[in-house]
Amino acid sequence: MSMEFDPFVLARIQFAANISFHILFPSITVGLAWILLYFRVRFTLSGNIAWEYAYYFWVKIFALTFALGVVSGITMSFQFGTNWPGFMERAGNIAGPLLGYEVLTAFFLEASFLGIMLFGKSRISNRLHLIATATVAIGTSISGFWILALNSWMQTPVGFAIENGEFFAQDWWQIIFNPSFPYRFLHMMTASFITSAFLIAGVSAWRTRLGVDGPATMMVMKTGIIMAALLTPLQIFIGDLHGLNTLQHQPAKIAAMEAIWNTERGAAFTLFGLPDEKTRTTRFAIEIPYAASLILTHKADGEVKGLNEYPDQHPPVAMVFWSFRVMLGMGVLMLLTSWCAAFQLLRGRAIGKKMLATLSLMTFSGWVATLAGWYVTEIGRQPWIIYGLLSSADVAADHASATLTGTLLGYIGLYVFLLISYVQALRYLASKPAQSLSLLPNSANNPATVEAH
Amino acid sequence: MEQVLPQFFVMVMGLALLLYVILDGFDLGIGILVPLAEDAEKDIMIAAIGPFWDANETWIVLGIGVLLIAFPKAHGIILSSLYIPVTVMLFGLILRGVAFDFRVKAGDARKHLWNRAFFIGSLTAAMSQGWMLGAYITGLQENLTSYLFAALIALTLPALYVMLGSGWLLIKTEGMLFEKAAVWARHALLPMGIALLLVSIATPIVSQEIAARWFSMPIAIGLLPIPVSCALCYAILYWILRRVDILRNGYGWVVFTALIVICLMAALGLAYSIYPDIIIGRMDVFEAAAATNSLQFIFYGVAATLPVILLYSGFVYRIFRGKATSLSYE
Repeated sequence: MSMEFDPFVLARIQFAANISFHILFPSITVGLAWILLYFRVRFTLSGNIAWEYAYYFWVKIFALTFALGVVSGITMSFQFGTNWPGFMERAGNIAGPLLGYEVLTAFFLEASFLGIMLFGKSRISNRLHLIATATVAIGTSISGFWILALNSWMQTPVGFAIENGEFFAQDWWQIIFNPSFPYRFLHMMTASFITSAFLIAGVSAWRTRLGVDGPATMMVMKTGIIMAALLTPLQIFIGDLHGLNTLQHQPAKIAAMEAIWNTERGAAFTLFGLPDEKTRTTRFAIEIPYAASLILTHKADGEVKGLNEYPDQHPPVAMVFWSFRVMLGMGVLMLLTSWCAAFQLLRGRAIGKKMLATLSLMTFSGWVATLAGWYVTEIGRQPWIIYGLLSSADVAADHASATLTGTLLGYIGLYVFLLISYVQALRYLASKPAQSLSLLPNSANNPATVEAH
Repeated sequence: MEQVLPQFFVMVMGLALLLYVILDGFDLGIGILVPLAEDAEKDIMIAAIGPFWDANETWIVLGIGVLLIAFPKAHGIILSSLYIPVTVMLFGLILRGVAFDFRVKAGDARKHLWNRAFFIGSLTAAMSQGWMLGAYITGLQENLTSYLFAALIALTLPALYVMLGSGWLLIKTEGMLFEKAAVWARHALLPMGIALLLVSIATPIVSQEIAARWFSMPIAIGLLPIPVSCALCYAILYWILRRVDILRNGYGWVVFTALIVICLMAALGLAYSIYPDIIIGRMDVFEAAAATNSLQFIFYGVAATLPVILLYSGFVYRIFRGKATSLSYE
């Protein structure tokens, strides 16, 4: 059997695999860095040692997560060149400086101060350690700022001129603060905070169920639940604004998200359905009348443009449609879980057994929602790499399909292995009894030599 | 501006890559040496690089980043013709980078597995970097001679990293591990010399023009400090690595310092050979440069942040000065 895969499709799958793997880790570390700072500040202000225990447990997980984010991020920075050489040749004048500012203002900052944060505690003052921790948190957020500025510019390009097919910057302020940037940045940052909130709440719930919880476990779980309960509704609100912005700038993406084929007023929201691009219909659709128009235009008879307005220039419908529903569904589950848990806390009750089980099940819910959200926005902008101006197919490298297949299998094998190892390591750390964890420097159970960081 | 900015950025790129080779060179070298050490020593070796490796690795991101930002046209060509070695290197860097944490967090039963991954990752990254260097300085040609040459550098460049790793251990450790580091460095000295020699003779052989640049008369004398200081440092290394008594008396730093001089001189030599080309014989830095206003925009960023980065990097090394055995790993 000789089957030649399209090198363009392979290059896309490879980049998608890498970027999907990568986003799992920053979506934890960006939020967790600030949570760690919060633990350190609470300890410094209150002197309650439990906060210090919370910090030492979670900083181990932070370091591991950070390392996975760094190595997969480096892979990504190389893949811009190896997989999309045409993109850098055409849009390098704009993408290059934005990526450069990320390296200069974020990568070195995070990496250098992470060393101090992880290993320097016994060598510097508490104040300096707090500053190092804050610097790492700021660094992770600055990193998000630049990369989301670039991604948003590729979605809603402004502030440039094109000469002979090459992009030239005209107004950097416009380029950075492009129309979709504020929404995408807030949406992703909040996603990261929610992802880490469910992670810390879920792992703490799991430790409680196993009976290995220590004095800090409940405090961490509370922190996670309250964060999630406050931020999830905020995220739904930001997501709605982001959707309105997308409707304005990328109507084809919205049409795919809702599987609306023909332009219509008073469009229905499809709860369930199987979009079929061949017949250009949605089969087995279960619809809520007027709801799509209401959500998107905030008017019951608002007009929503259909996919047929963009022949051959709209994204694959089913994947965008379903990713959007997975994200929404996850958001609803997260809202229900966090509010029920917060309700139990507000009534002054202990978190019940069922809620503990639910929270542990929801440990990685942020990952599912974040990935689904990125699939909506990234698959949803196809066939464009720079929206409306440069198509992805035009900038792909011409590697042999055998080469790409080989490296793709290698990457996928490695990522699956690392993901399994990561979750296993998390389970292992989480299942250790609190007493046996060497949490503090120079504590009796901390061997003087080298231990886990 | 159109002339100055590409020159400025090619210098920044050179500096970043030189710092990468020296700094991540000792990390990778220690990774390659890990299997030769006892279990307790392995922990100390990794403690000696734990606080630094992440920032060290960032220099290659800056180096490749500048290539991408300032010379986008060369970036595409270089990275797509080095697609396979780049991919192999990334696999190596991924394994090495995650092994730091997994080896102490995945449970004792898996520690040896992650030690193995740490070694394989470091060696793979070092060898593929050697391959890339070899392919790059022979002009990214796709013929047998070029491949053979790349393979030779791939086999010998790790020796430079092993030297750097041993040199770092001679600063950061004491006792049995210190003695071992001296032995490891002694063994790596000859292959490192071969690597340096090969890299030095490659460019003049590949390009007539480069040969003329080196061997025409008045200039050749002006260039003498480069080979002479390299030879001198090599001789110092040869001698001091056989006098462990001197090393033990507080002169462990001499090895690492001599290696820094060698790396610096090799970098200057290569820069002199290759500049103003960015892909030898095919494209120069001015042809590859990005638009002037883009370079200007990022110039301010580099001018403002690079000194600060160097400052706080120095600060990190200062905080963690002294022998690694006393590092508290919490």
